Amino acid sequence: MADRVKAPGPDHDRRSTDVGPEADDRKSAAVRHAIRSELAVDAPADEAHAAKRSSEESVVELQHVSLAFDVPIIEDVSLVTRDGETVAIVGESGTGKSTILKLVLRLLVPDRGRVLIDGEDITPLTFEEALAVRQKMGMVFQGAALFDSMSVFENVAYPLREHTEMSDDEIEQRVREKLQFVDLDVDRVIEQFPAELSGGMRKRVGIARGMANNPRIMLYDEPTSGLDPLTTGTIVRLIMKLQRELGVTSLVVSHDIRAVFRMANKVALLHDRRISFLGTPEEMAGSEDQYIQDFLGGF
Amino acid sequence: MAVSGTSLALSGLDRRIRHAHHDTRLTAFLTRLNDAAKSKVLTLQEYFVLAGKSLRFIFSRPFYGQDVVQQMDEIGVKSLGIVLLTGLFTGMVLALQSSVQLKTFGASMYIGNLVSASMIRELGPVLAGLMVAGRVGSGIAAQLGSMRVTEQIDALNTLGTDPIKKLVTPRVLAALVMLPVLTIINDFVGIIGGNIIATLVVGLPSAQYWRTVWVQIANDGFALRYFPNDFIQGLTKPIVFGALIAVTACYFGLGTTGGTEGVGQSTTRTVVTSSILILIVDYFITQILLSVLTYG
Repeated sequence: MADRVKAPGPDHDRRSTDVGPEADDRKSAAVRHAIRSELAVDAPADEAHAAKRSSEESVVELQHVSLAFDVPIIEDVSLVTRDGETVAIVGESGTGKSTILKLVLRLLVPDRGRVLIDGEDITPLTFEEALAVRQKMGMVFQGAALFDSMSVFENVAYPLREHTEMSDDEIEQRVREKLQFVDLDVDRVIEQFPAELSGGMRKRVGIARGMANNPRIMLYDEPTSGLDPLTTGTIVRLIMKLQRELGVTSLVVSHDIRAVFRMANKVALLHDRRISFLGTPEEMAGSEDQYIQDFLGGF
Repeated sequence: MAVSGTSLALSGLDRRIRHAHHDTRLTAFLTRLNDAAKSKVLTLQEYFVLAGKSLRFIFSRPFYGQDVVQQMDEIGVKSLGIVLLTGLFTGMVLALQSSVQLKTFGASMYIGNLVSASMIRELGPVLAGLMVAGRVGSGIAAQLGSMRVTEQIDALNTLGTDPIKKLVTPRVLAALVMLPVLTIINDFVGIIGGNIIATLVVGLPSAQYWRTVWVQIANDGFALRYFPNDFIQGLTKPIVFGALIAVTACYFGLGTTGGTEGVGQSTTRTVVTSSILILIVDYFITQILLSVLTYG
């Protein structure tokens, strides 16, 4: 059991095969043990540090947010992310996790409730005003969403060219700095195009682009999906490094529970359109709730 | 009040419908009709909002000049080949067909009139439009569609750029400028094609052919004394077609859903819709211009 936990499988189908009531007790005990050992072994300093950094100031806040298209997507979701904190939103696929990020970015507007960034309600903003608010945030998309008509350099430089008066030299310096931060071989990748990069590299360029403007808030949509275990580790460490060294507030949407437990200060479980659990990874691992146990036992 | 009034009226209608014999079938039919009509109106509204925004952004900062130049290259320069071929062979076949027809009246020397009027007024703009719709419209729809399904459109939004300003406006502007240019080239090459056939097959001297071309243009009259009516018709159309192709392609491209399959669908829809719209709009522009401009 513990072995399986240590070696996460591919993204799809992490569901355990030994289901059934008689397997549940055995499973949850094993899962809890595995998660505790995971937390103890992996970068405890990072988490302690991160916990220390977070203050009481709310940076991203959702208040009783509901959204429906043809069917309800999320209902009465409230969530507070404080300064310097990493909050992860987990849940099954198709439960509206990414929708929450789009609400925070105001790509979508909630039917009911409010979304606050730095205490400012962004729901009544016009399209143009929302563009300005978005500059406080860096978003890392699931498939990196790099502009494939532009080189890596142009991609990372894009937000700088759009919104700053920086000179070409300053921009080049900033781009190199960001690419170094995400551990890429700058001289090799800088002139390459997204199609020439591997999935992990693309994701790192995506992170570099997201942080080019030095935003205080980073949003990640499934940062580790589709990556091998080693690259997953690299990305997780990178997200933690961002929080540690730059003090950014992060909102991570993921179903990779192992990665989430390593980097998050708080975990919100989205189930049945609502947040059914909100707490630290340890609290989540220790929960007796059947659904949470099933969810954790799935990997 | 208005809302409750409407719902009252609706419930009244509802009751009447229930009293009818084929109640459920009729209700279902009316609901479906209502939904279909609503979605059609909504689509039309979205289309015109996109068109309006993209045109308005031509005059507002920031300008994406580099994108406009790039799109002009993509839409204009790279379409030159097919437009040259289309124009040449259309002109040639026009001359060939009309030579047979005109011969029966002993009017072979009027080939130039026929080729020039048909090319400048109708075939030049319409064929250039159709070719560009096929080549460029599909390309735009596929590109924007892929950008949509790989979240690049969301990324633009997230990075604080209005995708309409960055993607749609440069394409619309480039098409507005390049389609008239392509049309002029198409017309000219078509008339040269007619010249080749008139000289080689019919045996009409080149000078005679060109004289009839000019005579036709002059005969069709001038607007404001100096602008040949034929040219006004021939240049109004491609401007409208250019906007129509670019807006349609961007509309379907940006509205793409359902992954790579969706991209294919958007591309097909773009080509079909813009081609049909070109033909329909062409009729109405002709109708309007013929009544506005004084011919003969």
